[in-house]
Amino acid sequence: MRKNVLAAAAVFVLLGAAAYGSFFIAPTDAKQGLIYRILFLHVSSAWTGLTSFFICFIANLLYVWRRQPKWDWLGVSAAEIGLAFTSVVLVTGPIWAHPVWGIWWTWSPRLTSTFVLWLLYVVYLVLRTLVEEPDRRALLSALFGIFAFIDVPLVFGSIRWWRDQHPQPVVMGEPGSGLDPVMFRVLFFSWFAMLALMTLLLWQRYRLAAMRSDLDTMQQEMEAR
Amino acid sequence: MKNLDSVFAAYMAAWAIFFVFYLTVATRAAALRRDLDRLKSSTTPGK
Repeated sequence: MRKNVLAAAAVFVLLGAAAYGSFFIAPTDAKQGLIYRILFLHVSSAWTGLTSFFICFIANLLYVWRRQPKWDWLGVSAAEIGLAFTSVVLVTGPIWAHPVWGIWWTWSPRLTSTFVLWLLYVVYLVLRTLVEEPDRRALLSALFGIFAFIDVPLVFGSIRWWRDQHPQPVVMGEPGSGLDPVMFRVLFFSWFAMLALMTLLLWQRYRLAAMRSDLDTMQQEMEAR
Repeated sequence: MKNLDSVFAAYMAAWAIFFVFYLTVATRAAALRRDLDRLKSSTTPGK
């Protein structure tokens, strides 16, 4: 309990420092002014969401290979957390887009593939509620999770492969693209803070899944008596 | 301070999403803990 409180406090301090950096250390953008500061929240949440879905994908592969419940617990935990971070991306994106583009939303490749990614992991979680038997539920959702991950490279590549209203990538983009070095450092620190939040949430959610499994086992034992 | 309200709205929305998610995990964990305790006490001899 004490460790949990200390970990939560450390994450809170990191997130506070990231917010301070976003508002007071990163210089103001010459074209967009204040509104560009949403970048530090939007992009770091997007990267963290994709990291969560990658963890989910690895856990799903390991479940199919090893059939150990711990990989199922990790898979569902990472899927839920990836969904929370992607929800932040889908909410903060339009808030940023409206003053800059003059529209809240457009069905461009990046926005559409991100929305499809969000929908795929909603389906992943809904699918789990439809299957009662734990082993069958774990296998079906692992197979669906592996399929859903196909959209992640599409999200990554959408602004590199196709014309898009969304800005060009800030890392691994074309020559001349990128950010001011101070903005870049603040962005990476914000990502680090978001990864710390993801780790904290993942640990809490994983323990919940393990506890659910203990409860199911106890109930089955009682019914068998 | 043009667009300060939009920046503020984005940060508030993000924190609301994280807070609600954390709250749902904590609520589910508390309910499970209660169920586990109830099951354990019902299987303990003499109770």
